[in-house]
Amino acid sequence: MPSLCRDCLTPFDTGARCPACRRPRIVSHPELFDLSIAHMDCDAFYASVEKRDNPELRDKPVIIGGGKRGVVSTACYIARIKGVRSAMPMFKALELCPEAVVVRGRMEVYAAVSKQIRAMMEEMTPSIEPLSLDEAFMDLTGTARLHGRPPAVMLARLVKRMKDEIGITGSIGLSHNKFLAKIASDLDKPRGFSVIGQAETMDFLEQKPVRMIWGIGEAGQASLDKVGIRTFADLRRWDRDDLVARFGSMGDRLWHLARGQDRRRVSRDAPMKSISSETTFFEDISDPDLLDGHLWRLAEKVSDRLKAKRLAGRVVVLKLKRSDFQLITRRRSLTDPTQIADRIYRAARDLFNHAPHTKPYRLIGVGLADLLPEDMADRSGNLLDPQEAARIKAERAADEIRKRFGGDAILKGRSLR
Amino acid sequence: MKISIERAALLKAVSQAQSVVERRNTIPILANVLIEAEGDTASFRATDLDIEVVDKTAAVVERPGATTVSAVTLHEIVRKLPDGALVQLSDDGTSGRLEVNAGRSSFQLATLPREDFPVMTSSEYSANFSAKAPDLRRLFDKSKFAISTEETRYYLNGVYMHVAQGEDGPALRCVATDGHRLARVDMPLPQGAENMPGVIVPRKTVGELRKLLDDDEMSIAVSVSETKVRFATPDITLTSKVIDGTFPDYTRVIPMGNTRRMEVDASEFAKAVDRVATVSSERSRAVKLSLDEDRLILSVNAPDSGAAEEELAVAYGDEKLEIGFNAKYLLEIASQVDRENAVFLFNSSGDPTLMREGNDTSAVYVVMPMRV
Repeated sequence: MPSLCRDCLTPFDTGARCPACRRPRIVSHPELFDLSIAHMDCDAFYASVEKRDNPELRDKPVIIGGGKRGVVSTACYIARIKGVRSAMPMFKALELCPEAVVVRGRMEVYAAVSKQIRAMMEEMTPSIEPLSLDEAFMDLTGTARLHGRPPAVMLARLVKRMKDEIGITGSIGLSHNKFLAKIASDLDKPRGFSVIGQAETMDFLEQKPVRMIWGIGEAGQASLDKVGIRTFADLRRWDRDDLVARFGSMGDRLWHLARGQDRRRVSRDAPMKSISSETTFFEDISDPDLLDGHLWRLAEKVSDRLKAKRLAGRVVVLKLKRSDFQLITRRRSLTDPTQIADRIYRAARDLFNHAPHTKPYRLIGVGLADLLPEDMADRSGNLLDPQEAARIKAERAADEIRKRFGGDAILKGRSLR
Repeated sequence: MKISIERAALLKAVSQAQSVVERRNTIPILANVLIEAEGDTASFRATDLDIEVVDKTAAVVERPGATTVSAVTLHEIVRKLPDGALVQLSDDGTSGRLEVNAGRSSFQLATLPREDFPVMTSSEYSANFSAKAPDLRRLFDKSKFAISTEETRYYLNGVYMHVAQGEDGPALRCVATDGHRLARVDMPLPQGAENMPGVIVPRKTVGELRKLLDDDEMSIAVSVSETKVRFATPDITLTSKVIDGTFPDYTRVIPMGNTRRMEVDASEFAKAVDRVATVSSERSRAVKLSLDEDRLILSVNAPDSGAAEEELAVAYGDEKLEIGFNAKYLLEIASQVDRENAVFLFNSSGDPTLMREGNDTSAVYVVMPMRV
């Protein structure tokens, strides 16, 4: 069976150890050298970077996250043994693992490391689709001749180089489409290299939970539960038409995924769906003035990101999490899309005023969805708010000043609350 | 209760009831219509707690009484009965069932006790007047398209009906706006309406009211208080809460000093706008109007999908002007014009534009331009 030594990158045919270096870290699979769609996922990325930069942390449980009130953004593998998971509230994580060292994330450093990894990937293929700082799809189809080695070898080389040159480990999933590649990279973490071949696809999925499908969360699972779909086998019992009738376009996708089929291409710039910003408070807040200040800052952040990307959005989304963790989201479609902080703020503020304020809030977020190019936005005046045009002008002028003299050169009084 | 009603009369009463009833209801009784029979009439009452409609119709009452039954189901049944059928509704008051019999068809429907049915409290109206159906029809038909759909600005979710000083004296006026366009429509103030408080009539009420206004000869009795409004024909009474909010001061929004005047055949204009807008799939399609000496060029430029241009002969004598509008808004206001030419009054490409029919100022429309 085609095999590969993940340490010295020697391809070989049989054996439990590498014939060249005698080490046992090998990967074998009948289709190993025929597959070319890969997913690379760094292992506990933020935590690994912190451990790399501060060796004292190496044998301690490390959690990256914001403050006592925030959520865990990454937990190292030692902390994970105690049950700490990403997205878990920090207090809960600290209950499970009181000895953990909590580190506030250093996003600039992570972004720099991510860039280094990205550069290594760029040497392998132009078809890279980053999903976040620490994971990406790669399509290596047709690169074997160029590199003189099949994709599997190049991928093993990538993670080896990441470890040797950057000091970060990652896991590889190799398969024949994105859906399976992403599942594969998660099978054998950390430092994994998993392969799902064409021949085994159907059997592999058979008893797996549909929850594995990226994009099916609790709500999705709940609606699948209603009709008794838990595993891929359950899903396969459904006719394509019935799935479409029940779940719309997602139904069609489910029908294909049930058979391990995924025709999405690895594309460099997957279109962004929405831009949002949220903040979890140090202490629950019910003071409307304080919340108003947060609303403004979040609207401004979202607006800055929209402007930087030359985008605008049509749907303003307000997200509130109450002290009892109940999540409230409200959305409003604008007749004229916007990228202006003032307009985003006013729409969010309106939504906020109409939300039922029964308990203090622990989190507030503002987002814009239904994105489109900026030249299609803020084109229409408002009859009932003749000052709006003037405020938009003022905001654009303030943006210019900030561009020239720095982000703090000019601020709204509101943002100081 | 035991009554017999001619199918057509019953259908009319029940269809008015079922359209008021909210489709998604958490309170079961609100899905029902209250049927009350006494003397020689039967009345059908339905409510969503904001609107109440009562439709009285002649019936042969063998045994007076009252009950409530699903409005939608009863409507469906009556709708499917053959034309000309005599429908008998009866219940024995104990079985919890209403029996519907017509010819050889027979249905049993679950009922809920009439005592549970919420009847809108009657209130004192501070103004009572009557108006001809076609006048009211014009008032609401020409303004309702501008009602806002944004629920957060609830005070714009209706038509503001109030007394105002029109060009030709006191007027009963309806105004609606969503911030992008505005419609202001007047009719001569009916006698008795002088002291009417201004009220915001909700969108749904406007829709229900429309069904009372089809008969040109009909006179509608209108009653208004601070919190409620009532429209009544001899058969149908529509009572509605009004929106509890303050309608914005629209008068400052209506441009008075716009001097650049363009006159155009409204239907030619609308057709041309519709044609050029076809090339853009964008939801808020912007149409550019380029005006020069008696010539209007309509153009749409959608970078991704294409471009279109059309020239129209117009009456225009001012300096050159380029101004953009949302195609949908232009179409909507142009379609309000039915007798004369549409007259547009522009100022600059950034200022609100006014549109009216000929020199008739009893209906004016304001639309905000779009940057193109």
